[in-house]
Amino acid sequence: MAEPPRLTRDEVAHVADLARLELTEEELDLFTGQLAQVLDHAADVSSLDLAGVEPTAHAMAVTNVLRPDEVRPCLDRDEVLAQAPSVEDHRFKVPRILGEAP
Amino acid sequence: MSSPGPSADLAAAVRSGARSAVDVLEEHLAVIDAGEPEIHAFNLVTREQARERAAEVDRAVADGQDPGLLAGVPVALKDNLCTRGVPTTCSSRILEGWLPPYDATVVTRLRRAGAVTVGKTNMDEFAMGSSTEASAFGPTRNPHNTGRVPGGSSGGSAAAVAAGFAPLALGSDTGGSIRQPAALCGVVGMKPTYGTVSRYGLVAFASSLDQIGPLATTVADAALLFDVIGGHDPADSTSLNRPMPRVLSVLDDGVQGLTIGVLTEFLDGADPDVVARVRQAAEALTSAGARVEEVSVPEVVLGLSAYYLIAPGEASSNLARYDGVRYGLRVDAEDTAAMNTATRSAGFGAEVKRRIMLGTYVLSAGYMDAYYNQALRVRTRIIAGFDTAYRRYDALLGPTAPTTAFELGSKTSDPLTMYLSDVCTIPSNLAGHPAVSVPFGAGDDGLPVGVQLLGPALGESTLFKVAAVVEAAAPPLPAPVLSAGGRS
Repeated sequence: MAEPPRLTRDEVAHVADLARLELTEEELDLFTGQLAQVLDHAADVSSLDLAGVEPTAHAMAVTNVLRPDEVRPCLDRDEVLAQAPSVEDHRFKVPRILGEAP
Repeated sequence: MSSPGPSADLAAAVRSGARSAVDVLEEHLAVIDAGEPEIHAFNLVTREQARERAAEVDRAVADGQDPGLLAGVPVALKDNLCTRGVPTTCSSRILEGWLPPYDATVVTRLRRAGAVTVGKTNMDEFAMGSSTEASAFGPTRNPHNTGRVPGGSSGGSAAAVAAGFAPLALGSDTGGSIRQPAALCGVVGMKPTYGTVSRYGLVAFASSLDQIGPLATTVADAALLFDVIGGHDPADSTSLNRPMPRVLSVLDDGVQGLTIGVLTEFLDGADPDVVARVRQAAEALTSAGARVEEVSVPEVVLGLSAYYLIAPGEASSNLARYDGVRYGLRVDAEDTAAMNTATRSAGFGAEVKRRIMLGTYVLSAGYMDAYYNQALRVRTRIIAGFDTAYRRYDALLGPTAPTTAFELGSKTSDPLTMYLSDVCTIPSNLAGHPAVSVPFGAGDDGLPVGVQLLGPALGESTLFKVAAVVEAAAPPLPAPVLSAGGRS
């Protein structure tokens, strides 16, 4: 498999954006170097020819785990909502989304 | 011959009424009071809840009931195990002050066995690290030398057991996070087969790799704790619904007739004094009647790289839930997207950010095939390599970590060097296999060395048999500097 090109600072900034992280200029510089180093080390994996080898997502895969469709006790609503930063009318409250009025 | 461990002795004394759980607890709280300021093993000591619980155990005994296998035994919990109404932080600012609305299954099982949980132990933030220095609440120090790290990420649990704060602790192991700190602190630490211990209530790091397991001063105590926490749990869909290995009953079986392979790839990168201890353990197994040979499993050298693609990939997805909406920290901003970003940027530490970034990158369009999917294929290869070895060998032997405990601060500026601490432990996680670290004397610096035994899926019984023989042959280890009155 062809090795991907080396990680750039712009890519790190883009990835931070995807991950909803805001990095300082210093963090961007530091992480670009450190992540590139880890990915360089991973070249021993990315450069292997593994065509035809099945990927393993779970070593002890179990499939179709079902339970009876019965009403059972669940977490206490008030106890759960008590942990939320902001609540209104038994719902999680967040700031405005997509430019709606607050 | 293995004797019952100190926890089994304590539980027997409490069950018979010879000792009170309250007295046992107070003794341990006194050791914590004396040593904790220097070690910082705990994020929280749950003194009052523990006192109430110990009194409850004593009342049960007085009423003629049997509180269970761990009656009155103090247990420390890694701070990524949910405890209802008791703060569970993962050593992260983003979960500071959070009170889980439910108990992890392992916590419920400990209570049913009569255990007394004494607190929540420090860890690398979200279990990402090998030294417990990546905690938002400051590092834990190694009880054998407070200038050294305890290992990680379950460094608080390993240090708590080594310092005599609690005879038992639970940790979690995603790439070695139980076994490596156990080795560095001179205690026993075991990662069970994936699916044998419920992950319900374990805050997720990398879901296909995470397993909860025991830390203890002896192999027998680790076996006891594993028997208590293991078994199918419908609340964890990855929990194996099949008969579990029971390990407590096999500890005296010996190794006669077993074939054990010394894993040469694990010796290659290890320090000479660590290798010498592994070879000494191999000789002890030969003397005890096992056939011991060197074996190569070449695929395991790819483990480290594959792990640092797979685990961050899973972590980036799991940690997306910390968005400031339902629990934990919120940093307010004008809209929800900005609030998410402000919260995550303020709440996560540097190592967690690094892993989220790495994981997001290797899962992103254009790179997923070259990195993540490729790592999953390497995982298949590693499993096949182990399978071949286990057709001939009942267990494999190697070091747990390539070095003894390193100095605080010596690896924090170089993530890749830190990651290399896990090179011998990662392959078992990728394969879902069990492995146990047993203390085996000291290195040239006088600090503990751990030897590691690896087995095939559900091979716990054999592992514990071999571990008991290794333990019996282990050279003495100097007592931790702080626990003079601590070991019970």
